[in-house]
Amino acid sequence: MNFETKFSNVKLRNPLVLASGVLGTNYEILNKVHVNGCGILTMKSIGPKVRYGHANPTVLDFGHGLINAVGLPSPGFKNMEKHWTNLEKRNFPIIASVYGSSINEFSEVSKFVAEKKPEFIEVNISCPNTDKEGMLFGVDPSSSYNVIKAVKKSINKIPLIAKLTPQALSIGEIALSCEDAGADAICAINTVGPGMIIDVDSAKPVLGFKKGGLSGPAIKPIAVRCIYDIYKKTNLPIIGMGGVLTGRDAIEFLMAGASFVGVGSAVYYRGISVFNKILSEMADWLTAKGHKSFSDVIGLSHE
Amino acid sequence: MNRKKLPEIFIIKRVEKETEKHFTLFFEGELDFNPGQFVMLWLPGVDEKPFTLSYHGKKEFGITIELKGEFTKAASMLKKGDKLGIRGPFGNGFSINESDNNICIIAGGCGFAPVAPLIDLISAYNKEVKIIYGARTKKDLLFTKRFPDAFFCTDDGTLGFHGSVTEILVNEKKLFNRVYTCGPELMMKKVVDICLKKQIQCEFSLERYMKCGIGVCASCVCASQRVCVEGPVFSSEKLSELDDFGNTALLKSGEILDLKTYFSWRS
Repeated sequence: MNFETKFSNVKLRNPLVLASGVLGTNYEILNKVHVNGCGILTMKSIGPKVRYGHANPTVLDFGHGLINAVGLPSPGFKNMEKHWTNLEKRNFPIIASVYGSSINEFSEVSKFVAEKKPEFIEVNISCPNTDKEGMLFGVDPSSSYNVIKAVKKSINKIPLIAKLTPQALSIGEIALSCEDAGADAICAINTVGPGMIIDVDSAKPVLGFKKGGLSGPAIKPIAVRCIYDIYKKTNLPIIGMGGVLTGRDAIEFLMAGASFVGVGSAVYYRGISVFNKILSEMADWLTAKGHKSFSDVIGLSHE
Repeated sequence: MNRKKLPEIFIIKRVEKETEKHFTLFFEGELDFNPGQFVMLWLPGVDEKPFTLSYHGKKEFGITIELKGEFTKAASMLKKGDKLGIRGPFGNGFSINESDNNICIIAGGCGFAPVAPLIDLISAYNKEVKIIYGARTKKDLLFTKRFPDAFFCTDDGTLGFHGSVTEILVNEKKLFNRVYTCGPELMMKKVVDICLKKQIQCEFSLERYMKCGIGVCASCVCASQRVCVEGPVFSSEKLSELDDFGNTALLKSGEILDLKTYFSWRS
């Protein structure tokens, strides 16, 4: 089955996206994920200054999904020269994810990153794991608008993806604000929560940051609902993610309204080869139903 | 309880001082592992870090720790009855092959800890093992009583051979069919190079700054290989996928550092 598609003017071999925060820490591992079938590779989020992230434990399997508070470690946008040099070798499209604790920082980071020529830039207004970055912007329509507008100005022609949080009161409204501000696509959802796990034998919260965002199978219904709401409100293409493990899950996300499907936690459950596995499962399902292309089912649940 | 997901609490049975800067925590209970695997050791409310298991017993297991920074300092204050969390074992261990009958284990510094249970296991199979182990000075040497037949060496000559483990290996006349090594990375790189020249199969155990320990965050990557999933043990056949080995490492921020700078930060 032919999975070729396009986003903005970039030709893609398939609609699968590696979610930010999973695996994307260097060129070699991004390349490995590409070799294993992924269509677009998202890098680990890049911030304004060096951050080491939180004490461990940072990622845990709690039985129904993962919970994490990695805490946005980043070399800082000015300390990534070796990474960018290595990435010049790439034969795959990348999404550079950026974050900041103020509109100025979002602008500054994205302006610098844009000059490294990633195919796309994703604005992280949704990470729940730090005190001043991410989610704070994405729960409010006017903050989202302001950040997206400022970043759009800074990044010239590079397509801008707004990554949203399910914690927004109305994610459809947030998506609409982002569209008004000039976003070219919406990515939904980031992790859910924050949540917490207390170990009863030691009477202590287990995560180093105490609370963290949920991902994986547990959050899939929330992700599907969010994508459904966003599809109703905006015309922008949607990268849908949150608990996709199988080809059938990917089809569900397409039917909710996504044009692309993001995969993150599934790497833990099914290995790095999960991308090819999902494509193969999608192909089997689509063929069995008589579809010639995955695009046949985009938004189908709205009819 | 499945301890591959959330940490399981274990009680410290006893603490043994090994040297001025090494101690072993012995835990009550059974933990099945392949030598070379590691666990994530959680000091509730403090932090959680990876350690290989250094001792396997019927009703207890041990983790040998070298004093380095805040975490290991806090761990050194622990005593019998204290509770710690353990997740794992994770990663792959050293591979044991029936056909190997001439084995060399070569270690440096605290790298002797991960190979210690391997020595115990191989000895149980009645295979010939030559152990070459070195440290900076006599008082840093681990397990001198546990493995009295090992060939010890010290950088300053205060015990055993005055020189490095790699000097002993390079001059070794015996033809080993397998070498296992663990210790400072540049030492392991030399061992791997010597083995490649002599066409001996070699396995080495890597260390990188680790966060999740379960293959998701990729903080611990060496080129395309996650030390926590594809490693920590790698065979010399994997070298083409390990360009960073002996070269560079990721700091906990994700910045790429040359190895010397990385290890100076780390200690």
